[in-house]
Amino acid sequence: MKRSLATAVAGGWLAAGWVAFALLPWYWLDLSRGLQDFVDFPLGVGGSALALGVAGDRPWLLLLAFPLLLATLALVLPLARGPGGALLTLGGVLGGLYLLAQGFAIGLKGWDWGWLGAAFGGTPRQEGLGPGGTLLLLAFLLLTCQGLARRGWCRGDAFVVSAIGTVVALIALFVFFPVARVLAHAVIDPSGAFALAGFVARISDHSIWGLDCLAGPLRCGVAWNTLLLASLVGVGSTLLGLAFALVATRSNSRFKGVLRILSVLPIITPPFVIGLALILIFGRSGIASTLLAEWLDVPRSRWIYGLPGILLAQLLAFTPIAFMILIGVVQGISPALEEAATTLRAGRWTTFRTITFPLLRPGLANAFLVGFVESMADFGNPLVLGGNYDVLSTKIFFAVVGAAVDESRAAVLAIVLLSFTLLAFFVQQAWLGKKVYTTVAGKGDGGLPAPLPRRVALLAAAVVAPWSVFMISVYGIIMVGGFVKSLGRDYTPTLVHLSTAFRIDWGNHGLRFAGSAWDSFFATIQVAAVAAPLTAALGLLTGYLLTRQSFAGKRAFEFGTLLSFAIPGTVIGVSYIVAFNVPPFELTGTGLILVLCFVFRNMPVGVRAGVATLSQIDRSLDEASLTLGASSATTVRRVVMPLLRPALIAALVYSFVRAMTSVSAVIFLVSAKYNMATTYIVGRVEAGEFGLAIAYSATLIVVMLLAIVGIQLAVGERKLGRRAAPQPTGRTL
Amino acid sequence: MWFGLRAAAIGATSAVTLLVSAGGASAQGQITVYCSVQEEWCRPMVDAFEKETGIKVAMTRKSSGETYAQIKAEAANPKGDIWWGGTGDPHMQAAEEGLSEEYKSPAMAQLHDWAVRQWTQSKGRTVGIYSGALGFAYNTKQLAQKGLAAPKCWADLLSPKLKDEVQVADPNSSGTAYTLLATIVQIMGEDKGFDYLKALHKNINQYTKSGAAPAKATSLGETTVGITFMHDQVTMIVDGAPMKAVAPCEGTGYEIGSMSIIKGTKNLEGAKKWYDFALSAKAQAIGGQAKSFQVPSNKSTPIPPESPNLAEIKLIDFDFAKYGSSAERKRLLAKWDAEVKNLPK
Repeated sequence: MKRSLATAVAGGWLAAGWVAFALLPWYWLDLSRGLQDFVDFPLGVGGSALALGVAGDRPWLLLLAFPLLLATLALVLPLARGPGGALLTLGGVLGGLYLLAQGFAIGLKGWDWGWLGAAFGGTPRQEGLGPGGTLLLLAFLLLTCQGLARRGWCRGDAFVVSAIGTVVALIALFVFFPVARVLAHAVIDPSGAFALAGFVARISDHSIWGLDCLAGPLRCGVAWNTLLLASLVGVGSTLLGLAFALVATRSNSRFKGVLRILSVLPIITPPFVIGLALILIFGRSGIASTLLAEWLDVPRSRWIYGLPGILLAQLLAFTPIAFMILIGVVQGISPALEEAATTLRAGRWTTFRTITFPLLRPGLANAFLVGFVESMADFGNPLVLGGNYDVLSTKIFFAVVGAAVDESRAAVLAIVLLSFTLLAFFVQQAWLGKKVYTTVAGKGDGGLPAPLPRRVALLAAAVVAPWSVFMISVYGIIMVGGFVKSLGRDYTPTLVHLSTAFRIDWGNHGLRFAGSAWDSFFATIQVAAVAAPLTAALGLLTGYLLTRQSFAGKRAFEFGTLLSFAIPGTVIGVSYIVAFNVPPFELTGTGLILVLCFVFRNMPVGVRAGVATLSQIDRSLDEASLTLGASSATTVRRVVMPLLRPALIAALVYSFVRAMTSVSAVIFLVSAKYNMATTYIVGRVEAGEFGLAIAYSATLIVVMLLAIVGIQLAVGERKLGRRAAPQPTGRTL
Repeated sequence: MWFGLRAAAIGATSAVTLLVSAGGASAQGQITVYCSVQEEWCRPMVDAFEKETGIKVAMTRKSSGETYAQIKAEAANPKGDIWWGGTGDPHMQAAEEGLSEEYKSPAMAQLHDWAVRQWTQSKGRTVGIYSGALGFAYNTKQLAQKGLAAPKCWADLLSPKLKDEVQVADPNSSGTAYTLLATIVQIMGEDKGFDYLKALHKNINQYTKSGAAPAKATSLGETTVGITFMHDQVTMIVDGAPMKAVAPCEGTGYEIGSMSIIKGTKNLEGAKKWYDFALSAKAQAIGGQAKSFQVPSNKSTPIPPESPNLAEIKLIDFDFAKYGSSAERKRLLAKWDAEVKNLPK
C-alpha cells in the first residue's frame, strides 16, 4: 500500500518533469506583453526546452533529457529497492546539477564562466528560468528525495525526505546563495582580488571593538553597543512577555481582552512611528518633559536619544513577539503536574518555582533568542532615536547607501552581526540542555492549572499595569498625530493628511483612487496576503522536522533556518538584487521577489513558534497515529496540525504584519509597480511630514488589526481536553 | 498539514497573479525613472512628462544613496532608464564608476554655469537640475527663551552658550553633512577647518543619520540650531514653524541636484526625452509648485519667491571635482572620524 503510493508520487514527479521539459515555456516570460510570446510556440520566446534544443539555437538544453531518462529507467525497470533508488537519485542529482550549471554558465550576454567560453567558443545567450525550467528543477529535487527514501533514508519515509530536501533547497537558494554573494565582499578588495590581510585589518578595527567607554567619556565600539542593547532587549522583552502571558492566561483579570489587544498593537505599528511618538512624549520639547518642567522643575534633557530611547522603543516593539511565543507555551503546560505538586503539599510558590517555571524554559529561551536577534536587526528605531549611540544595523545601512560607500566594510560588519547570532543560538541550546519538556500527552484530562503564587501575580500585575498605561499613551499620540495639523506644534484637528493619502474621487470614469498612498497600499496588502500563508506553512513544516525527525546535520539545518532572520534587512535587500537580477533566477522588479524576501526573512518566527509548541507535545501521540497505519503526512495533518494552532496563528499574524511593516530589506526591492507602504512612509518621514506618515500608519494599524481578528477566527482555538476553571468569584487582579 | 497545504495552495495561486502583472519596463514607449527628490515633486513631474510625450513612466522614489546602491547592484542587467534628482555626489560617483551614459542635451545652452560645470566635470555623464545652499536655522522661541543673540556666521555657532544646542547629520551617512565638512575645509583651510569642527563638536547634541532631520528637530524645538540645506528649512518655515533660516556670513557651500542616464538603459531614446524635458523651464517650474524650494538650473525658470535667493547668499567656489572624488572623501571622513567624532565633550 505504502510502496505503491510512493511509486505513484515518484511517477507523478517524473511526468511533471517530462511535461516541463517538452511542453512548458522554458524561459522567463513577460506576460504584460500579452500572449505575443507564444506565436512561434513551441519555438520562440515562450518555447519549450525540447523544441529549442532540437530546432533552435540552444542545443545544450537537450542534455537535460539524459537524467530524465535515467530516472524513468529507475521507475520502469523491475529493480530491487536499493539499486532502483540509487539510479533514481543519480538521475535527480545529475539533472539538478546540470540544470543549475548551464543556467549559471550561460547568461544574458554569453558565457558567464570564461573558461567554458574558451573551451567551447561562440556566444550563446539565454534568459532566466521560466515555468518549465523551475518545474523541472523541482522535479529533479523531489526525484532525488524519492530515490534517497528508497535507499532507506529517514526510515524510508519519502514524505520526510522530500520535506527536508525541499526546505534545504529553498534555504540554500533564497538565503545562502544571495548572502554568500554579498559577504564575499569582505575578503575581496575593490579590484576583485582575494585580500585576506585587508579583511583582518577591517574586522579587528578599533571602531568595532574599542572599549574606550569603560575608561572615560569616550565611546565604545559598535559591536559592544549592539551586544549590550540586544541582551537588554532580549531579557527585557522576555520578562515583559512572560508577565503579559501569565496575566492573560493564569489570572482572573478583567482586562485580559484589553491586554491581548495591547500586546499585539506594537507589532502592527509601522517602523519609525513608535520612535516619533516617544520623541513627542519624552523629547526635550515633548509632552511629558514639558509637564515635568513646568510642575516639578525637572530640567529638560535629551536622555531619550541614545541607549534608553532605543531600548524603550524596541521593548515596546518586540515584547509582543515574546508574548505570542510564550502564551502558547503557558497554555500548553499540563496542569496535571502542577496539580500533583499541589497535592503533595507544595505551596503555590514552590509549585511555580519547581514545576511551572522549568517547563517554561523552551518558551523563555526561544523568546529571548527572537528578541535578541530582532534587536540586532532592527533599523528604524536606532535611526530615529539612536542619537550618538551607533549600532551595527545602521552602520551597515550607511556603509551601503551613505556618503562613504564601502561594501567591504558592510560585509565585515554583517559578519560580526552574524557571529553574535551564532553565539546566542549556542548559548540558548546549552541552557535548554537535553531535558524533556513534553506536557501535552495523549492521556486525557490534566487537571486544573494552579493559580499563580501571590508574589508572582503581584509582580506580573505591577509590571503589566504601568506598561499598559504607557502603551496606551504612546498609541494615543499616534492616533491623534495623524489628525492634527502639525504634531508637537499645532494641534488643530484636520483630516487633510488622511485625504492627501487616501482621497477617492468620483470622476467621469467612475471611482478613482486619487490619494497618493493607494498604489502602495494595495500592493502592500497583496504581497503581505500572499507571503503570510507561505511563511507559516514553511516555518511550521521546518519546526516539525526539527522536533520530530532526526537526521544528519540537524543542528546546521536549524541554524540555517535562523540565519535569514539575523541578517540585517539592508544586507538581505542588496543581496537579493545582486543574486536575482540576472539569470538563471531573474526576479527583480516583480512582486514575487518581495514575497520571497518576506517568506524567508520571517520564516524563523514560524520555526521558533513551531519548535516551542511541538517540544511540549508528546511524541506518543504521533507514534499512536503511525502505529495505527497513518502515514507521516496524515499524522501531520490530523494530529500535529490541530495542536499547533497557537503556533500557526503566531506565524500567520507575524508574517502578515511583518510584510506590511518592514523597511530596510524592501527599500531596494520595491519597483514602480510594487511600491510598499513602508518605503512611502519613510519618504514622508525624511521630508519631515510626520502628519501624513502617522495618518498612513494609523490606517495600516486598523487594517492589520482586522486581519489579525480574521486570522484568529479562521484558524480557531486549540482544544486541549482540559477542565475549565471555575467561574471567577469576583476577585480581580 | 491541512492548514499548511491549503494555505500554501492559496499562496501559490495568488503568487501567480503577482508574476502575471510583473511587467518589464523595456516595452516600447515606456521608461523607468528613479526619482530622488520628494514624492510630491516626482508625481506631477511624471504626469507632465506623460502628457507632453505620450511615453509611459514607471517611477520609483528612493533617496539618492539608496538609488546609487541599487544602480550599482543592478549594473549587470540595468532595470532603470534614468535617475532624476538627488544630491550631486552619488551622481558624480556613478559617473566615475561608469554607471551612467554620456549625453549632451540641446537644452545645455539654457542652463546656469554651475549646472554646466557639473556636466563638464563628469565628462558629460551627469547634469545639474537644481541647486541649494547650505545654511543653518534657529528656533526663534528657544533662542528667545535662552536670551541669545541671533547667530549670523559659522563662527557664532561656537558660542559656549550654545553648548549641546546645535544639530547636524553624521557625514558618514549623510551627503548634507559631508557638504558641511567640505565647505568648512574650503573656507578655512584643512587645519583651521578641523579646529573649527572640533570646537563645534562641543556644541553638537546629536549627529543624526539623515541629512534633513535637524531641520525637523529645530522646528519642534528639540534643538536650538540645525545645520541643513536651506530649502529644507524653508519647507518647515512655510509650514508655520517658529524658525529662521540663516545664510552664514563667511560664505557657504551648496549642492547640485543632478540627473543621469543609466548605462545600459533599454530605452535610450525615451531616457533622452526625459532628460531634455527635465531641463526645460516648463518642467522645472513644477518644483516650486510642489513645495520644493531649490533653485532651478534653467536660467528662464521662474524662481519660487520662498526660495533662498542665491544671489544674496555668499557662495564659495565649491570644488566638486576634488571633494566629490571617492579618494578625497574617504580621506576626509576617516580624518573626521578619528579627530572629531570621538572627542570627549
